[in-house]
Amino acid sequence: MLIGTTIYALINSVILALTAIGFNLTFGISGVANFAYGAFYILSAYTTWILMNQFGVPYLISVPVSILLMAVLGALMYRLVLKRLRGQVLAEVIATFGMGLVILELFRYFGLVGFEYTLPPFIDSSHIILGTYLDMQRLLIVIVAVVVIFLLWFFTHYTSLGLAFRGIAQDERTALTFGMDSDKIATLAVAFGAGLAAVAAAVIIPLGSIAPGEGYDVLIKALAVCIIGGLGSTGGVIAASFLIGFAERFTDSYIGTHWTMIVSLAAILCVLLIKPSGFFGKQKELEERI
Amino acid sequence: MKKRKERINRGIKVRSGDIYALCSWQEMLYLSGPRIFPFVLFLLLPFVLGIYWQKVLLSVAVFSLLAISWDILAQSGMISLGQSLFFGMGAYCAGIMNHYWGMSPFLTIPLATVTGGFICTVMLLPVLRLRGIYFSMVTLILPIMLVRIIEATRIFGGTEGISGMSPMPSKWIELYLVLGVLLGALFGFRRMLDSDYGLVLKGIADNDRSVTNAGINIYLFKAQALFISGCIGAFSGAFMTHVYMFVGMPVFALDYSILPIAAAVVGGPGTLAGATLGAFILVPLSELLRGVGGLRIVFYGILLVVFIVTLPEGIFHYVQRKYNQFERWVEVDR
Amino acid sequence: MSQKILLKVEGVSKNFGGVQALSNVSFDLKEGELLGVIGPNGSGKTTLVNLITCFVKSSSGDVIFEGKKINKLPPHKIVQLGIARTFQMVRPFYQLPAYKNMIIPLYSPRVKKMIGGKYGDRDAVALDFLEEVGFERDSFVAYKSAGSLPQGYLKRLELAKAIALQPQLMILDELFSGLSLAEVAGIIPIIEKLRGQGISIIMIEHRLRELFKIADRVIVMNFGEKIADGTAAEVMEQDSVKNAYLGTESTKEETDNDTST
Repeated sequence: MLIGTTIYALINSVILALTAIGFNLTFGISGVANFAYGAFYILSAYTTWILMNQFGVPYLISVPVSILLMAVLGALMYRLVLKRLRGQVLAEVIATFGMGLVILELFRYFGLVGFEYTLPPFIDSSHIILGTYLDMQRLLIVIVAVVVIFLLWFFTHYTSLGLAFRGIAQDERTALTFGMDSDKIATLAVAFGAGLAAVAAAVIIPLGSIAPGEGYDVLIKALAVCIIGGLGSTGGVIAASFLIGFAERFTDSYIGTHWTMIVSLAAILCVLLIKPSGFFGKQKELEERI
Repeated sequence: MKKRKERINRGIKVRSGDIYALCSWQEMLYLSGPRIFPFVLFLLLPFVLGIYWQKVLLSVAVFSLLAISWDILAQSGMISLGQSLFFGMGAYCAGIMNHYWGMSPFLTIPLATVTGGFICTVMLLPVLRLRGIYFSMVTLILPIMLVRIIEATRIFGGTEGISGMSPMPSKWIELYLVLGVLLGALFGFRRMLDSDYGLVLKGIADNDRSVTNAGINIYLFKAQALFISGCIGAFSGAFMTHVYMFVGMPVFALDYSILPIAAAVVGGPGTLAGATLGAFILVPLSELLRGVGGLRIVFYGILLVVFIVTLPEGIFHYVQRKYNQFERWVEVDR
Repeated sequence: MSQKILLKVEGVSKNFGGVQALSNVSFDLKEGELLGVIGPNGSGKTTLVNLITCFVKSSSGDVIFEGKKINKLPPHKIVQLGIARTFQMVRPFYQLPAYKNMIIPLYSPRVKKMIGGKYGDRDAVALDFLEEVGFERDSFVAYKSAGSLPQGYLKRLELAKAIALQPQLMILDELFSGLSLAEVAGIIPIIEKLRGQGISIIMIEHRLRELFKIADRVIVMNFGEKIADGTAAEVMEQDSVKNAYLGTESTKEETDNDTST
């Protein structure tokens, strides 16, 4: 049981990391609060489903289309709404949360809930690894996650656009004096984040069915991982995902399913109290306290 | 010939500033009118409304209190995304006191108010040292966590909750009690916020480093604001427990967190009256929309977004401005 | 000026996650003295002030005020003990009128003990304090909102806020920056008056000419270290100070060579 739990914990952690990485890009790295993240996640899954089932578009085309659509929607959301609220973090949170609420509850209202709303897995087979039953889809998730995270790390540290993302979060005025159009970059940041949510959804949703309620869970988990890991730090996201992923799995196996969420939330509270900037967050002494 | 818009205080507002208001009945009426209006309204409404709408009025008053409690926190620089924490805490305290210890509502409500407020303050004390956004996140997380704990440990009735509470003596007492508390909270805390004490709180929200530099212990003040808000929220919870004669996991629902924020944003943050106005608009509206079920929340979401983008000052400020000032076009001479 | 030591900074260092902002800084301040702190940008002057007032905790070393160690106290307690500071970036409460900005320092426990005050009294006291720093009463400038005041008045407001706290030690962080010569000349008498009342002052400044007219003693900071300590004349003779501000001989020659090619 220990090995099985460990393997599933590893996979769970990777799933968490993949979900959180998009949120980290927008909120942590670029400083734009996009609390409609969970909604984008679910929306992309529904878009793929509709493309496949209502319009007969093949699966392997629906997925990239849906990812692109999410990116475009993210950009639109920034242009229409967030642009006016730049700088007031709270207004951004409330506005984006409101929009996410609208999207998710609309789906729930129109009854798009049920077992027929599923996406097929990419690879439908399973193997036995180290005595544990493992399906290929989960392995695919791990591969995709590793690739995505590595690409993102490379992007934000070595490409000029990626560095610009980080620049506008650290000091927007200076970034402006360097000729960086902070609005354009923020638009791209939100678009990328939404797109990444869609990528995560594309590989993870096939494990179960599409449920609007899950949108909130995704948002909270992404938020938790980013906070614990330290807003903006890719390494932190990985570390935090592993912490929460393992804690959840082990609690589930050894204590009881009801307690999993409690443990995660308690972990968040502990980290906030001990080291608010997270594991690898930048130390901002004067701004962190008070 | 270029024109620009000019805003000037109405003559009567200028004349009625300070002690000069006592000069004429007109001026005194101008000042006292808006204040007497809610009193009269609250006194008369219960009589003219039917039973269904009386229940709605009750709901309005409760949500107004929650919105006021949110507004006080927001004024002090703490944006809470989880008013349901205070509401639920007060509800459970009252429920426990009534069910397990058999106290009457006249005891449980005041006691639950204070106890609920105290527990919530203690829970949130450690976060006061951190920046605002962490406070907001913890307030978002705590109600969810409490619900899961109750569900997992099945204490206090678990998923079924505790039912069979003692009701209030009569529905007139119910209604007037909550309206009275609302009026008291509205006027009392407005006065508090306008005083020097309130200025310190607003200063903390604006520039807490500057306030610390003045030798004031900002954590003490924040804790006080938290306690006051917590008590108001707990009161609403305790009160509703006895109205519904039931308390259970739904008291920590998202509704109780979101509606107060929406009410304050729509009505106008910063003045407790705005929050009340917002509740007066939103709650009956949501009742009218009851037929559409889940769409209700969609509606709140849309309202929230629209208002925060287009009219961030809120309705109350707009109305206040119209009442006190008039605008006209003026020529700009080159 | 008495010989009693009011403030003693002993071997204080501060490390900000890799950046050594202060290294082993020590100095004394006697009661009634006016000490200037100068040095190029980034030399750690403001960090030093933040450390004395406990907005930032020291990595090592002690700060001793009136014989008691204060480096572990929270910042508001420092103020209550009698140390007041102004900020380099003046940021008042913009929406409020100038005199309402004063209410908050007057609400401080220390002031309450010394002056007392009930609701409404503070307004009058605030206006008095503002008049002392040059807010002319008959121009009603104290009633204007802080957001509409020019820099000279804002600096004086900041000064008044510190004076209202009835401190024994005042730390003024670049008070003169952004002011014209006339405005500086207008503020110096206020500082002299404070000294006359027995208040000790530390001033961080870039405007050396004005500072040297009033400072008893000056310490020079560079790259987080104290490199000189003495009267203004003594300190400006030192080579290390000249190098810090002007660069060394060799760099000067190099730039000469560069411009010639």
